[in-house]
Amino acid sequence: MLDSLVFYFFAGIAVISAALMVTRRNAIHSAVFLITTLLSTAGIFLQLRAEFLFVAQIILYVGGIMVLFIFVIMLVRLDVPLPQIRSRLRQWTAGFVALVVFAEGVIIVLMSQSLPGKGLLALTPAQGDKLPPNTEDIATGLFGLYLLPFEIASVLLLVAMIGAVVMAKKRTPAE
Amino acid sequence: MSGAFQGVLAFVQAWWVELLCAMLILLVVPLIAGYIVLVERKVMADMQARLGPMRVGPHGLLQPIADALKLLIKEDLIPDNADQFIFWFAPVLSMTAALTSMGAVAFGPWFHVARDINIGLLFVVGISALGPFGIVLGGWASNNHYSIIGAIRSTAQLISYETTAGFALVSGFLLAGTLKVSDIVEHQRADNVWYVFLAPVGFVTYLIASIAETNRAPFDLPEAESELVAGYMTEYSGFRWSLYFLAEYANMIVVGAVGTTLFLGGWLRPFPNVRWLGWVDAFPALLLVAVGAYCVARAGKQPVRVQRLFMWGVAGLCFAVALIFALAAPVSFAPLKLAYAGLYGAFWFLLKVSAYIYIFMWLRFTLPRFRFDQLMRLGWHILIPLALVNVIGVGIGLAINSALGWQGWMTIVGMLPTTLATIFVGMLLIRWNDKHAAAASAPVVTEVREAEDSYAG
Repeated sequence: MLDSLVFYFFAGIAVISAALMVTRRNAIHSAVFLITTLLSTAGIFLQLRAEFLFVAQIILYVGGIMVLFIFVIMLVRLDVPLPQIRSRLRQWTAGFVALVVFAEGVIIVLMSQSLPGKGLLALTPAQGDKLPPNTEDIATGLFGLYLLPFEIASVLLLVAMIGAVVMAKKRTPAE
Repeated sequence: MSGAFQGVLAFVQAWWVELLCAMLILLVVPLIAGYIVLVERKVMADMQARLGPMRVGPHGLLQPIADALKLLIKEDLIPDNADQFIFWFAPVLSMTAALTSMGAVAFGPWFHVARDINIGLLFVVGISALGPFGIVLGGWASNNHYSIIGAIRSTAQLISYETTAGFALVSGFLLAGTLKVSDIVEHQRADNVWYVFLAPVGFVTYLIASIAETNRAPFDLPEAESELVAGYMTEYSGFRWSLYFLAEYANMIVVGAVGTTLFLGGWLRPFPNVRWLGWVDAFPALLLVAVGAYCVARAGKQPVRVQRLFMWGVAGLCFAVALIFALAAPVSFAPLKLAYAGLYGAFWFLLKVSAYIYIFMWLRFTLPRFRFDQLMRLGWHILIPLALVNVIGVGIGLAINSALGWQGWMTIVGMLPTTLATIFVGMLLIRWNDKHAAAASAPVVTEVREAEDSYAG
């Protein structure tokens, strides 16, 4: 009872502020609503007893990435829209991709009982007072079971980081 | 109706210790923050051979209360061109983050709000990471150039130094093997050693990063008075300004508490397992009696009745706590023992946090402010690589210790090679950085004609 109440509370805030984030004209207001969305998602993680994910969400997304977003918003003049963003084709493409992703989510949820990985989405709930320690579980999962995907992902991120440095670096006349 | 009342009653019965601690924190932390300001002014005065505030109360002891009253009745101005809601909301966000993150800090064996949460210190770090948004959004909402420059500086500084603080904490977590606050402290008791001796580099990097995170001098560029008026707080006045101010000092307590828990043995007294040093246990009670006796001796000499009452009140409080300390040993009364354990732990904990904060003040009045490029250089070129190397070093040291089966004091010996190697790497980094900094900030040679050089001759 209390659990579902907490869930609907955070889920409601997340959905409403996500909608507000898209519709605001002011970029900083959008960022504030995105922060609210991320925080309420963190709240949902906590309601699911995934306390490590709760903190990781706050530290990484809210404390790290959103601070960076706001930093960029403050430095760039966003009240002058770039012409290429206004291009109709791009708008339609973005809308189509969003629709496909949304439809995929809906289909998976609706067909979760008949898909090959049956039961994947309907996990058996653990006992409320005997939950496995979330931090340790994530550690064994990341560094044991899924070590290879984890390493591949980190190499990918490293490549992206080096690429960003190379692109952002000023070319001196000597080069 | 009665059902709801029963529910509330059951909730209070189950959680009364936590509720009491939360109330204590909410009531006492702003007061402590006010008194830290007083102590800071006194320390500053001492270092500059002055007396500091002396007028309000004996030795200016009532100054924080007078300041708080003044700030409460000042006019609360909101600029016309400011973003009204964000301007109103930003200081509240800073203060809320600082006070909420204190929920997981353990002041004593049972003296914490969040009972044994698994993520412990990470919760403190995570929630206090929300505080900077108050600064950034407040600076932006003010619609003022000085404010926005302060806000941008603050974001850049936080992103840089939070990474260092995170890696420094990782080195401590590696030693403790857990994130639970109470377990971290108990492991230090079991290991017979504070982790500052096992990972000194981790502690020092955390100390530097935490000064930068709380925007204290020499890293106070977001509010650099000589450059930006008051940085992000320029447009704030009255109560909202004092919220920012309180948040800064509450954040100092938070980072001090994290450093104390992880590196300085939390609420344990020095050498908790050495039997013949047991007389140290009497120290808190004796200190309180001494403070109380001083207050009684000085109470009669106060010129105003309020000040006399204040002195008597402080003396009474000191004697009451000292009585709990004194009676806990002979009297076997469970609540008394519990109160003793909590207060005794809180005494040592707050003593260590005070020492930590004293270092902050000491540095503030000793070092000049960094230039912004120096700050970035220190963060990215020295501290982050050093913190990374330190994590690896602590890992290797732990492996050495477990391979040799060393425990207790011997772990320091096992840690020594990697610690020395880390310090050596740090020295190399500083040397390399000095060379490059000199090249980067060398004056650009431009031709200055004599006639145009207004400072010539």
